[in-house]
Amino acid sequence: MIIAGLLLTGGIFTAVVNTTAQADSTSSNEELVAQGRDLFLVSCSFCHGQNGEGIRSENGNQIGPPLVGVGAAAVDFQVGTGRMPLAQPGAQDQVKPVAFDDDEIAALAAYVASLGPGPAIPDESDYSIEGLSDKEREAAISRGGQIFLTNCTACHNFQGSGGAMPHGGKAPSLSETSPRHIYEAMLTGPGQMDSFSNGNLSPDEKRDVIAYLVSLRDMPEYGGFGLGGLGPVVEGLAAWLVGLGLLVGAAVWIAAHTTRTSKKKVDA
Amino acid sequence: MDTSKVANSNTTTAATPAKPSRAAAAATWADERLGIASMAKKNLRKVFPDHWSFMLGEIALWSFVVLLLTGVFLTLWFTPSMGEVQYNGTYEQLRGVHMSEAFASTLRISFDVRGGLLMRQMHHWAAMLFVASMMVHLLRVFFTGAYRKPRELNWVIGSLLLLLGTLEGFTGYSLPDDLLSGTGIRAADGFIKASPVVGTYMSFFLFGGEFPGESIIPRLYTIHVLLIPGLLLALIAAHMLLLVYHKHTQWPGPGRTEKNVVGFPMLPVYAAKAGGFFFIVFGVTALLGGLLSINPVWKYGPYDPSKVTAGSQPDWYMGWPDGALRIMPGLETHIWGYTISWNVMLPILVLPLLMFTILMLLPFIDAWITGDKREHHLLERPRNAPTRTALMVALMTMYGLFWIAGGNDIIAIKLHSSINQITYFLRMAVFVGPVIAFLITRRWCIALQRKDNETLLHGYETGIIMRSPEGGYTERHLPLPESRAYTLTARERDPSINGGPEGTDANGIPAPDAGRLAGFRHRVRTLWYADNVQKPTVAELEEGHHHAEHEHELQEGVEGHAADGHQFDGHHLVEDETLGRH
Amino acid sequence: MSTPPPVDSHDEPVDENLPARDDLFANPGLHEHQWRPTDVDPKAEKRAERQVAALFSLSAICTVLLLVSYFTIDSDDTVGNLGAQNVAFGLCLAGALLGIGIGIIQWARKLMADVEIVEYRHPASSSDEDRAATIQALNDGLEESGIGRRPLVRNSLLGAVGLLGLPAIVFLRDLGPTNAQVTENPPFPGSGLEHTLWEKGMRVVRDVVGTPIKPAEVEVGDLFNAEPEALFNGGEDGEPLEGVALQVGKSKGAVVLIRMEPDEIIPGKGRENWSVEGIVCYSKICTHVGCPISLNERKTHHLLCPCHQSTFDLADSGRVIFGPAARPLPQLALAVDDEGYLVAQSDFNEPVGPSFWERG
Repeated sequence: MIIAGLLLTGGIFTAVVNTTAQADSTSSNEELVAQGRDLFLVSCSFCHGQNGEGIRSENGNQIGPPLVGVGAAAVDFQVGTGRMPLAQPGAQDQVKPVAFDDDEIAALAAYVASLGPGPAIPDESDYSIEGLSDKEREAAISRGGQIFLTNCTACHNFQGSGGAMPHGGKAPSLSETSPRHIYEAMLTGPGQMDSFSNGNLSPDEKRDVIAYLVSLRDMPEYGGFGLGGLGPVVEGLAAWLVGLGLLVGAAVWIAAHTTRTSKKKVDA
Repeated sequence: MDTSKVANSNTTTAATPAKPSRAAAAATWADERLGIASMAKKNLRKVFPDHWSFMLGEIALWSFVVLLLTGVFLTLWFTPSMGEVQYNGTYEQLRGVHMSEAFASTLRISFDVRGGLLMRQMHHWAAMLFVASMMVHLLRVFFTGAYRKPRELNWVIGSLLLLLGTLEGFTGYSLPDDLLSGTGIRAADGFIKASPVVGTYMSFFLFGGEFPGESIIPRLYTIHVLLIPGLLLALIAAHMLLLVYHKHTQWPGPGRTEKNVVGFPMLPVYAAKAGGFFFIVFGVTALLGGLLSINPVWKYGPYDPSKVTAGSQPDWYMGWPDGALRIMPGLETHIWGYTISWNVMLPILVLPLLMFTILMLLPFIDAWITGDKREHHLLERPRNAPTRTALMVALMTMYGLFWIAGGNDIIAIKLHSSINQITYFLRMAVFVGPVIAFLITRRWCIALQRKDNETLLHGYETGIIMRSPEGGYTERHLPLPESRAYTLTARERDPSINGGPEGTDANGIPAPDAGRLAGFRHRVRTLWYADNVQKPTVAELEEGHHHAEHEHELQEGVEGHAADGHQFDGHHLVEDETLGRH
Repeated sequence: MSTPPPVDSHDEPVDENLPARDDLFANPGLHEHQWRPTDVDPKAEKRAERQVAALFSLSAICTVLLLVSYFTIDSDDTVGNLGAQNVAFGLCLAGALLGIGIGIIQWARKLMADVEIVEYRHPASSSDEDRAATIQALNDGLEESGIGRRPLVRNSLLGAVGLLGLPAIVFLRDLGPTNAQVTENPPFPGSGLEHTLWEKGMRVVRDVVGTPIKPAEVEVGDLFNAEPEALFNGGEDGEPLEGVALQVGKSKGAVVLIRMEPDEIIPGKGRENWSVEGIVCYSKICTHVGCPISLNERKTHHLLCPCHQSTFDLADSGRVIFGPAARPLPQLALAVDDEGYLVAQSDFNEPVGPSFWERG
């Protein structure tokens, strides 16, 4: 039944994408909300309910959580990283190719935001340190690093390479995530992640964390190839396979017999 | 053998005894003062057998030299102090952050001292290789039976080197005082506190008060650069002296016996090969240090007891007790107001000590079971000691499974599985896996022994298919060349253990002094040799040859002239010959 | 086919169960030496000589390049995404070393004499005469010392030497104070394994920045990494703590604060009023071996330790639900002070962090 429904929504959804792709990007907010509602009914309401109230199965399991009050930021993150729509209800939402274009995401976000007050999509000025002086930037990056190491590395690893969570869950790698999506993730706490609301980490602190992560990306690998930034396990593997492999190979070469000839030595 | 020709073979200007060379002059000068000629006489041309597996220990030796060289370089800049400073160096991301002087000086070595980062990384890679090559060397020695009399003490020294090397590694990677290693020290504090009765005292004495205090880095530094390297040097010297005294073991083969050693002389060939290998080990370490990033402490940041990173693991050689710690169920006993933390004590304090004790005792356990008190200088192939080989494979399997447990979080994210399920699986696998590995290895070895006997008795497979007039196909087997057959049979038969336990007379009546232990030993010895395949007897060999000749005649009778098959194995040239016309 | 006498002829007693070593085939002796092309062909010899010299020259070139790069490459330079200095130094040094190493070995393999020679072994033991003489000397020496005949001298010496071991241990006493001393004479409030910086009315503040927290600022699903306020004002004149005091304080005082729907909390016995509007506070220090833990699953309230995967249920008094930890995570009782900020009701009512013998 669920599969049939998903197939059905998927089919309709494809049709909708084609018809709405040309939607006027200058539509006013009400139009945007209306457009978003149309998209929502087709693509999201099967799990999240007709009015985003969420749906529970008969035995009380949450199929789709209520979206009232999650805000535009949550939609922008979930849909914008391809996590939503889900391919199937599973243990953890996967990052997939994004199913909607930017205008449609904006429309969906506007609609969900209209359901109840929630965090808005951050503006670039919220997560960029462009406007700061060099000195302020340096301070922001180093403070961001300390906040990152305190709040984020436990799950996402020291370099943002990701880590394991209970029961097959994992904290994703942050190496490809756009600053806006990182900001939204902190704000809304997608999936099992805790949220870091503005009462928890102030907007400036969130900005600093992002600045630190971006600075890590721009930083050269001073020591050579980074081996995935996963720490000692991979380093140990490299020591055995590359290091010891080369040296045992050298030992085999040193002790190997060289070519021989059947000729005899002629000198006296 | 007349070696005068050899000595002259490749040089255009041979050193003639008539005109003393400069080297001879130097040697004379030295001998007149040191009297070393009588010792050097024996050792300058000392023979070392040539085999790649004999050079594994050399990797360890040379990585230790690399460690000494790079380590001395690092000490010139490293400050082993936990005094708090504010960082204002080159690395921007940490500017303004408070950290220990140890961490700040590590950053300075990495970013401000040219070549400092390379030396740091080479030091770390060499440490990983040092322990890894010691372990591979240990396995070679065990699998070939090279630890047997008279080399048991050298095995014990080698085991101590492995233990000290591991501790040296731990104390070393803890020195930068970064977040990862600090987390390791904190866990170590937890291990120490789990010791019954004295745990809390030991922790407070080690850290100079409450964890983390400000003493641990300087104390570890002294241990790392003075105490353990001194012990390592002394033990390595003893290890090498014993090697020279015992002379190296060798593989059996034509001309190689228990009473001789065949190989290349120390000067020049072995010295050149060993010396060249030093440069290769050093070079490979430089290659690793230059291209592969290791322990990027600047990304971990300084140690802070409230911070942690995902993927907090020790270096690989500490990984297996850490793995045991991860899969241990949470058992704790509270009794009379005291706490016994089985969950920490068993995997991290008891298990490694137990495993290490077993490792050190292996030669003595082996000698006790087999009752073999003779000297051994010829190596055994692993297949010819099935139980011994299987025992080590079982230990390796257990080690490997604990190791996997130590990386269970990385495995979970890379293989998309659940750490909970990996843990449940490993809790069972560390007990079942070694048993399965033991049984499989043992049967495998015995099957290989059978194969050897098969080849000896019926010859090797030539790959030549013979067709009989009836249309049946058979493969031609040919007897092994003499030297190969000699090598295969140059092993001992296992002792016969048909009789009753040791200490019983022919009627099975126990001698008065033979206790229960003798009976136990007999049972173990029976199991030790059970199902092993012995090399053929003389009668079996003759029978096998007779059979082969008979078959050959049969084929000759049918075809008029049988091909001997040597056309295809390189034993004689095939030009101008065809199979049919032979 | 002959069966030569056993090779083993040392004079040790041989276990009767062990068979003699029997050779089925006569030892064919060493192979006839086969010459290498470089031994018999002057051209091949010259070629090998040039090869070796070329390798040594390559090494020299790499050494020069290493020196050049030391003075020319800046620490900011990059090759691709890699730090140029480290890569250049590493590659040049590797080239310089490998050139020499491979060259020497090629020299040994191709040009040095490669005729195997034979050396004879001797048993590891000394000759019987030597051993007998040594044992005789040992016995004479011991006899003359009278160590066996004079137990009083011997035993008092053994006792004296044994006693000397004690100072070796006792003099290490000042490596550190004990837990009891630290607890009795606190250099700063709340020391020793049984106590932390937390006390009645101590504010819960955000880690890194040190600002106090109002319940309204904590949303459902938020996780705060927090510290006792004393870290930021517990020093002299309200200065932040520094050095050892800071590190020790942090290593026991760090907490996590999360807010859940009040009906999700299963309050433990006596802990009914430990939460404030669904906000609960737990020690961040794992009860297994002491790693800081903050890998929280928002929906299940399961907190995982990244070191050894102990998992605690924060909705249920920090109960252990998985992994090697044996004790629940200590919970900090929360209240709100006059100004509306979150404060502790008291110190933890049990020691935080790993178990220890005297913990009980």
